[in-house]
Amino acid sequence: MLKIDNLIVKVKSMNKQILNGVNLEVNKGEIHCIMGKNGSGKSTLGHVIMGNPDYEIIDGEIYFNNELINEIPTNERAIKGIYLAFQNPIEIPGVTLANFFRYTTKKFYPDNIPYPKIRKQIIELLNKFGIPEDTMRRYLNEGFSGGERKRIEAMQLLVYKPKLAILDEIDSGLDIDGLKSVVKYIVEYVQNNPDTSIIFITHYSRLLQYLTPDKVHVMINGKIVLTGDKSLAKEIDEKGYSWLESSMAVEN
Amino acid sequence: MEDRSILELREMAKEYKYDFKDPYLYKEIFEKGLDEDKVIKISKIKGEPEWMTEFRVRAYRIFISKPMPTWGNTELLSQINFDDIHYYVKPQDDHKTSWEEVPEYIKKTFERLGIPEAERKFLAGVTAQYESEVVYHSVREDLAKQGVIFTDMDTGLKEHPELVRKYFGTVIPPEDNKFAALNSAVWSGGSFVYVPPNVKVSIPLQAYFRINAKNMGQFERTLIIADEGSEVTYIEGCTAPVYSSHSLHSAVVEIIALPNSKVQYITIQNWSRDVFNLVTKRAVAHKNAKVGWIDANIGSLLTMKYPSIYLIGENATGEIISVAFAKTGQHQDAGSKIVLAAPRTSATVTSKSISIGSGRASYRGLVKVYKEAVDSKVNVQCDALLLDPESRTDTYPVIEVHQPKAAITHEATVSKISEQQLYYLMSRGLSPEEAKTLIVHGFIESFIKELPMEYAVEMNRLIALEMEGSVG
Repeated sequence: MLKIDNLIVKVKSMNKQILNGVNLEVNKGEIHCIMGKNGSGKSTLGHVIMGNPDYEIIDGEIYFNNELINEIPTNERAIKGIYLAFQNPIEIPGVTLANFFRYTTKKFYPDNIPYPKIRKQIIELLNKFGIPEDTMRRYLNEGFSGGERKRIEAMQLLVYKPKLAILDEIDSGLDIDGLKSVVKYIVEYVQNNPDTSIIFITHYSRLLQYLTPDKVHVMINGKIVLTGDKSLAKEIDEKGYSWLESSMAVEN
Repeated sequence: MEDRSILELREMAKEYKYDFKDPYLYKEIFEKGLDEDKVIKISKIKGEPEWMTEFRVRAYRIFISKPMPTWGNTELLSQINFDDIHYYVKPQDDHKTSWEEVPEYIKKTFERLGIPEAERKFLAGVTAQYESEVVYHSVREDLAKQGVIFTDMDTGLKEHPELVRKYFGTVIPPEDNKFAALNSAVWSGGSFVYVPPNVKVSIPLQAYFRINAKNMGQFERTLIIADEGSEVTYIEGCTAPVYSSHSLHSAVVEIIALPNSKVQYITIQNWSRDVFNLVTKRAVAHKNAKVGWIDANIGSLLTMKYPSIYLIGENATGEIISVAFAKTGQHQDAGSKIVLAAPRTSATVTSKSISIGSGRASYRGLVKVYKEAVDSKVNVQCDALLLDPESRTDTYPVIEVHQPKAAITHEATVSKISEQQLYYLMSRGLSPEEAKTLIVHGFIESFIKELPMEYAVEMNRLIALEMEGSVG
């Protein structure tokens, strides 16, 4: 599904190299978890997969379903089936959530499904994720609480039904109950749609109390330094990231 | 509100759909250029009373004595050749009140523009003007019974001479500016509206203006009188085919809002890109009256238009909401004028402009507070959105306050579509063009909310049209 080879990336606006040779492979139906401290490059990785124009690929390849997508624009990646739930969703003043969905769903639903039907599904999903229906009349992400933003970002996964979804720090801004239900619905979705792959990007391991990923990766200084299973997350929880950093220092 | 679609409309919006021309079939077409004899001849053809002929001649003299404006886009203004314009073009037939009677070619034109389809749907009355003359006009019977007058200006003058004489030219005298003087000299067509005391016209009256001939000048004149406690909404739309040489549209609109009345005037201006649109619009609001100008400028080569409200009665309120789209080659020089001359008057101005390519949008505004206007307030908000690096916007606010107990605020913002906004929307599958269209739609949401449903749909369609091919 996703294969990343020796990816080296810099942020154009800061003229700074962030990813220093990332290798990653995610197969169909797998749930991965990428962990790392702030600034380790984990969010950058998500944005590079999505094609954020602020990031420049200096070297390396990203393959999605065996197709090299390095040069493909973001919207085409979305249509091919990549979804990124933003850590900080962007505010679009004056654009109601309803209007936003009206535009975006056209891209993912066949023409013969009438919009009122899609709209009904969206409202059901909003309710499921604990968002009141009248939010449809509010402007996209404007004045939304951290929790609301995260719920709506996560909920869109179920609207667009991507093949690969990356959820960037879905756990920040959500309280325990919120996180629990959001993760539950996503896991449920993957169980019902076994071809879907998910990458959770997170700082903390608390997310892993509610799911069992196939793989857990740890990122440090723009590299995936360690890959394991759920027990790796536990270890980080107990020891923090510093033991890994120091062991890396020894390696170097 | 939220179910309005843009995407499904954009399919229809592939080209400037008003760019079609009818064959020239005219009863009367004046030679190009203007002199006093032609002014008198217009008045004679129309069989006007003497006072109007005199008014026209006086206005003509003012027109020739006044220099061209030395502000605004003087470079474009200097391209107007007053000798190269037909000042009066009369279509073959006189105006009709039954759609069936309208000549086929004009009927076809207006059907393509959605009239009288729109009328059938929800309008209280329609006036359609083709070149200089109104060709079709109707008003709902129930309104006519209540004494509502909605007719073309020429008929208004014939049938209601006292009312016209009492108000005509009182809000905008010919001396006001060169183009108001020109209009006063050669005016033809336009609407005359009178709403009797306490009559509330709940659905909008509509006028549609169409220029078909090349090098044509259209000088419609509209006068709206809302008597005490009455309410009315008036909507105008304008289109023209595309020619390589310029046409001139120079209208005058006067509104008199008597005590406790409410008048709303909505314009969706979509002239083709070769039209000079130099319009004077002004309203006088008496005690407790409410006046609103809702003004969208999308087309034209150069628009210079500053809807004004003179708040002369206690507690009168005014609102001006405008949107301007300036694409490459266009200059939208729009704005507002608010004059507070009575206690506890208030006004808000919300101006939104979008510049695309090398298009230029200017906001030119005046707020004047006389010393009589104690405890009055004015809020002006100007927001400009620049879509491209070469896009341009300017703000020229003038604030003159002679009353210390008045609260005046003026706020202006200039923004660009951020890369992050584009990226975010693209991550949801939208193309850059669709993403920009959605952002622009959001930018003018507060304007669209003010429009009746049918017009909001039309407006959305026009935005999609404007954004078409705007992403380089």
